[in-house]
Amino acid sequence: MSALVSIDKLTVQFRGDRGWVNAVEDVSFDIGEGECVGVVGESGSGKSVTALSMLRLHPRGAARFPSGSIFYAGVDLLRAPERDLRAVRGRDIAMVFQDPMSSLNPVLTICDQICEPIRLHQGLSQAAARRAAIELLDLVRIPDAARRVDEYPHRLSGGMRQRAMIAIAIACRPRLLIADEPTTALDVTIQAQILELLRDLRAELGMAVLLISHDLGVIAEFARRVVVMYAGRIVEDAPVDVLFNAPRHPYTEGLMASMPPLEGGADRLYAIPGRIPDPDEPIPGCRFGPRCPHLEPVCRTSAPELVAISETHRVRCTPRSRPGALC
Amino acid sequence: MTDLAVGAVAGTLAPRRRFVLLRRLAAHRSFQIGLVLVLLLALAAIFAPFLTSVDPSAMKVRFRFRPPSAAFPFGTDNFGRDIFTRVLYGARVSLWIGLVVAISTGVIGAAIGVVAAQFPRLDPYLMRCMDALMSFPAILLALGVTAALGPRMESVIIALAVAYVPAGARIVRASALVVRELDYIAAARIAGASNFRIMIRHILPNSVSPLLVHVTFVFAYAILAEAALSFLGVGVPPPTASWGNIIAEGRDYATEAWWVMLFPGLGITLSALGLNLLGDGLRDVLDPRLNWRG
Amino acid sequence: MSRLITVRILQAVPVILIVSVLAFLLITLLPGDPAVVIAGDQASPAAIAAVRHNLGLDKPLIEQLGIWFVHLLQGNFGSSLMLNQSVLSAMGERLPVTLSLAALSILVTLPVGIFAGVIAAYYRQTWVDSLVMTLALIGVSAPAFWIAILSILFFGVYLRWLPTSGYTPFFPNPVLWLRSLVLPALMLSLFQIGFLARMTRSAMLEALGQDFVRTARAKGLSEWKAVGKHAFRNALILIVTAIGILLSTAIGGSVVLEQVFALPGVGRLVVQGILARDYPLVQGVMLIYGFAFVVINLAVDLLYTVLDPRVRYD
Repeated sequence: MSALVSIDKLTVQFRGDRGWVNAVEDVSFDIGEGECVGVVGESGSGKSVTALSMLRLHPRGAARFPSGSIFYAGVDLLRAPERDLRAVRGRDIAMVFQDPMSSLNPVLTICDQICEPIRLHQGLSQAAARRAAIELLDLVRIPDAARRVDEYPHRLSGGMRQRAMIAIAIACRPRLLIADEPTTALDVTIQAQILELLRDLRAELGMAVLLISHDLGVIAEFARRVVVMYAGRIVEDAPVDVLFNAPRHPYTEGLMASMPPLEGGADRLYAIPGRIPDPDEPIPGCRFGPRCPHLEPVCRTSAPELVAISETHRVRCTPRSRPGALC
Repeated sequence: MTDLAVGAVAGTLAPRRRFVLLRRLAAHRSFQIGLVLVLLLALAAIFAPFLTSVDPSAMKVRFRFRPPSAAFPFGTDNFGRDIFTRVLYGARVSLWIGLVVAISTGVIGAAIGVVAAQFPRLDPYLMRCMDALMSFPAILLALGVTAALGPRMESVIIALAVAYVPAGARIVRASALVVRELDYIAAARIAGASNFRIMIRHILPNSVSPLLVHVTFVFAYAILAEAALSFLGVGVPPPTASWGNIIAEGRDYATEAWWVMLFPGLGITLSALGLNLLGDGLRDVLDPRLNWRG
Repeated sequence: MSRLITVRILQAVPVILIVSVLAFLLITLLPGDPAVVIAGDQASPAAIAAVRHNLGLDKPLIEQLGIWFVHLLQGNFGSSLMLNQSVLSAMGERLPVTLSLAALSILVTLPVGIFAGVIAAYYRQTWVDSLVMTLALIGVSAPAFWIAILSILFFGVYLRWLPTSGYTPFFPNPVLWLRSLVLPALMLSLFQIGFLARMTRSAMLEALGQDFVRTARAKGLSEWKAVGKHAFRNALILIVTAIGILLSTAIGGSVVLEQVFALPGVGRLVVQGILARDYPLVQGVMLIYGFAFVVINLAVDLLYTVLDPRVRYD
């Protein structure tokens, strides 16, 4: 049972005002073949940084990886030479970004942009690539694909642009699709369509999907397994129904509590008190401590480890990961 | 077309954010170097009478063509005039012209730009006029105006202002068009503010950042342009010293007294350098798009 | 889109009209009596009256303006007092010189400036960036005529590699033609290269910071492709804007440099005209240049529609 992608103790540093700071620390999780994993967390939790690290897409010189590894097909993507990494990008592992307007090049046609990975990785001729591009646009349910393919991005609506981005990403039938907040910039009705599209594509193409979102509803809808991140660390990792019905980590509990109830009638929504710490803020012990309603003395002195409390459930919380803790 | 206009929104910030900008500015290396250069030159110009007791026009024919020495730090010219003194007094003229041109470009450009953005019916007329002025290369336009008005310091100022105002107006108009669509303008209008009040109190302050950057560069262009005009003989007339006409005079005997030409040229270069650095610093700090990368 | 082109062309028409009026006003703005200024303070009353009549200054202003426009429509741009020929032919004789100078300098400026800007942006914050930007900064800060004189002293007088002044036309002797233009063109290009490098760097930085460059990399494209095709194509819009500005500064710069190098071009003609109070000549040249640049700006505007698909339908 070897995972498709295995992230092991990933630590990512960015250049801050006062030197390098940890944006992400000690992140480890696996993504299996065809698996559907969700990563949830607020802005600044490090989820996008983790995703970008998988293909080393940070701006040149902006990030460094002092320790940890990301293994795919026996190769550590963090240490591999650029040339090998480029063979993986777009072909085996592909990515869809949050804002389709800025992620598409405004001066090139859709056809041009879809054909690029096709011609690069599959060596097709211009004509063959164009045919493939039209097929892809059909696959992502863009109507009138043969005409749309020659349009420029600004002529498409937000939903269609995101579909075009997805088309670009799945062009070479990748084994893993990373979707970084794919629905955040879209209207709610379009969100549902895009998620449905991703679900169907996953089934059809048999690819694994890593879905990143701050929206619990999206995660609940889509993911089979969920990783919760806070302040650059994983705080909980569990199957989706377990996470939503019986969360262990106080942060996850707080997230669940802050969702508006389905039946309505809530006067005020619960909000976790306090705010997310800056990456260079020194906090002894558990980084969620200052905001945690169940803080214990041990939490202030020693930083909790990520502990497996069952075969599929891991938690980073000293009191909650003790054997026999919590009913 | 310029989305530097969006940077205009930076002007709406609460005082705390303004502080952050000022601190960033102070820490920016180009800005620091530029500021130091410009201040040094400005101080040298302002305190010229104290730095040298010599009269810039005083001719001491016994001392013609002396190379730089302790007595004459920059040497003397063919009339025996002290070049150091002339360069200092020339700084006063050249820097003053540059400053006035920059300020008037800013003020007039802002006025035209804001009015054009606020009154769409006037807009096309104003902009066609600006386009017409911008159809002439700046030096050529300045030549035309000084030709018409006669070679005097005032005509140089007017000529250069005429040359640089249109670009400033364009920039302010672009910012103002963006700011005009923002919600708080609508709020002000609903609250009953008149067009004039909206223009002055809301649109203007928030369109100012790109203009500030532009005006700094205009200061530099103006110094270079004035030097060129004076060099050609259509700018500041001798015997008033300006860096441009000192170079013009020095050219005739350049092989014998290279120092006459060298120092005013250095003065021009250093002033323009300082101002360009200042402008770069302002641009880097005030343009929010470049900011989020940090 | 042809609608867009038509609109732009129509917008240029009032600009041309205003340019014509501005050129016309040149003589009207002269302080005091234009006829006296032109004829000179030593002239006799009869001479002054002759000048006034010849230039039509005795007619009412509106009538003068009307005559001005009629002349323009006939292709009559005035006639030089000191040269006794039409402005058009005087300019025509000298235009090849100015255009050679401008063309040579642009030829050098474009590749050097763009290349410098691109590598400065790509290697931002490294020594490459600092070096290129420092050189560019000096280029835009040092007065071209001053450097020109210094380099004449060095290359012309001291080393004797190049002629110190003068111009030889292309046809009898291309080599000499080039030698007479090398130094002036290089001097002209100093400011331009500096300016273009700085603007290109800005434009490239902006483009490189855009998300679609990240998308390009995510597809597995090589750095070369991501930067050259994706980023550069987008930066091109701002770069073309800069080049448009440079065409204007090239002509402006040629005015001064033609004086320094004694090249018989249009710029030198204008200066001589001003010093000789030959205002009709100055008017005519300004007018022709004004028209030329309205057309050039129009061309640049239309070029945008090719470069940026987003403006095609506005």
